[in-house]
Amino acid sequence: MMKAKIKAISYYLPEKVLANPEINELFPEWSIDRISGKTGIYNRHISGDDEFSSDMAVKVAEKLFEEHQIDRKHIDFILLCTQSPDYFLPTTACIVQNRLGTPTSCGALDFNLGCSGFVYGLGLAKGLIYGNIATNILLITAEIYTKFIHPQDKSNRTIFGDAASATLITLNDGFAEIGDFDLGTDGRGAENLMIKKGGAKYPGISIQEEDVLDEFGNVTNPAKLYMNGAEIFSFTSAAVPELIKNVLSKNNLQPDAINLYIFHQANKYMLNHLRKKIQIEEEKFYYFLEDCGNTVSSTIPIALTEAKKEDKLMGNVLLAGFGVGYSWAGCILRIH
Amino acid sequence: MEEQKFIINFSKQFDETDPELIEFNTKFRDLDEWSSLTALSVMAMSDEQYGVSLTAEDLGKSTTLADIYRIIKSKL
Repeated sequence: MMKAKIKAISYYLPEKVLANPEINELFPEWSIDRISGKTGIYNRHISGDDEFSSDMAVKVAEKLFEEHQIDRKHIDFILLCTQSPDYFLPTTACIVQNRLGTPTSCGALDFNLGCSGFVYGLGLAKGLIYGNIATNILLITAEIYTKFIHPQDKSNRTIFGDAASATLITLNDGFAEIGDFDLGTDGRGAENLMIKKGGAKYPGISIQEEDVLDEFGNVTNPAKLYMNGAEIFSFTSAAVPELIKNVLSKNNLQPDAINLYIFHQANKYMLNHLRKKIQIEEEKFYYFLEDCGNTVSSTIPIALTEAKKEDKLMGNVLLAGFGVGYSWAGCILRIH
Repeated sequence: MEEQKFIINFSKQFDETDPELIEFNTKFRDLDEWSSLTALSVMAMSDEQYGVSLTAEDLGKSTTLADIYRIIKSKL
């Protein structure tokens, strides 16, 4: 019987680090260590000035090929999840295909999703395999949110970091079989996590955009990342417990059949709240954000890689991603 | 739902603020420690202690603890 499996995962973090002491110097009135105690984030990696999504995508794919002895000739599809493509067109995945030297017979596309993107990518890859369209799919996530954060936006600078991940999904060969999915979308939340300017609707970005100060002292402007943390918190509190319930029922599993839960690593505070609300035991709930922060679509593959290193991947692993859109997605991995 | 217990629950969301500074009619935004993270803590507290989902809009239209208390009570 046909199965879609994860064969290998690698991730890449840019060299430059924004650590707490530097944030402390920038915002002395902001007790960063106390805040880190709650968010669980102490270091964030920042993409270089000349480093863009395609560059990180190529670096992480090369790392995957090297770490897992994968022959790039066998890649027959590239799925690239990014919200910060190099250009409007062409598709970043096409640029990545050329730079990686994968066969020109391989399909390639970008898809624009944030924190739900990795789980969506697994779903798309599974569909390509089951549809007999591809058998060796390279799923890449690459995001450079830090380039869109206003220098005076202390909240978002504290939370987000840049990263990329590469996952090989194959027909029948791998350590984790991709089970059934639950997905969801609610575009009513579009404005609560947004970069408003720079797309086709509001194209012009002036050198001096008008800065806006929020009630918590964070500065942003319409060309920079805006996040309404309270609204996002309300959304996740309502949507994620339902998502978990649906993933379990679609896979015919009871909660006690799950060996490990890996959620999008938004921040520790929100994760703890969700964990308690869904009544998941702490030892079955994986955290990995201390040294990289919220890396959007890369948090789940990074956590999967680290959990695998720690021998924590076994039995049924439940993945859940949720955020910008609003968009959410969950699935089960059955570990061999 | 008891006012005094609510004030204690609210105060617990602060690490550095003297609980005596937090009263029923305190304008919470005037507290130095009030931040986007304490706002989330208050929302989580409402959910965990009272089973009430406080929205960002609910917080936005509140000025004092009493305002939040009344909203939670109306949703119980």
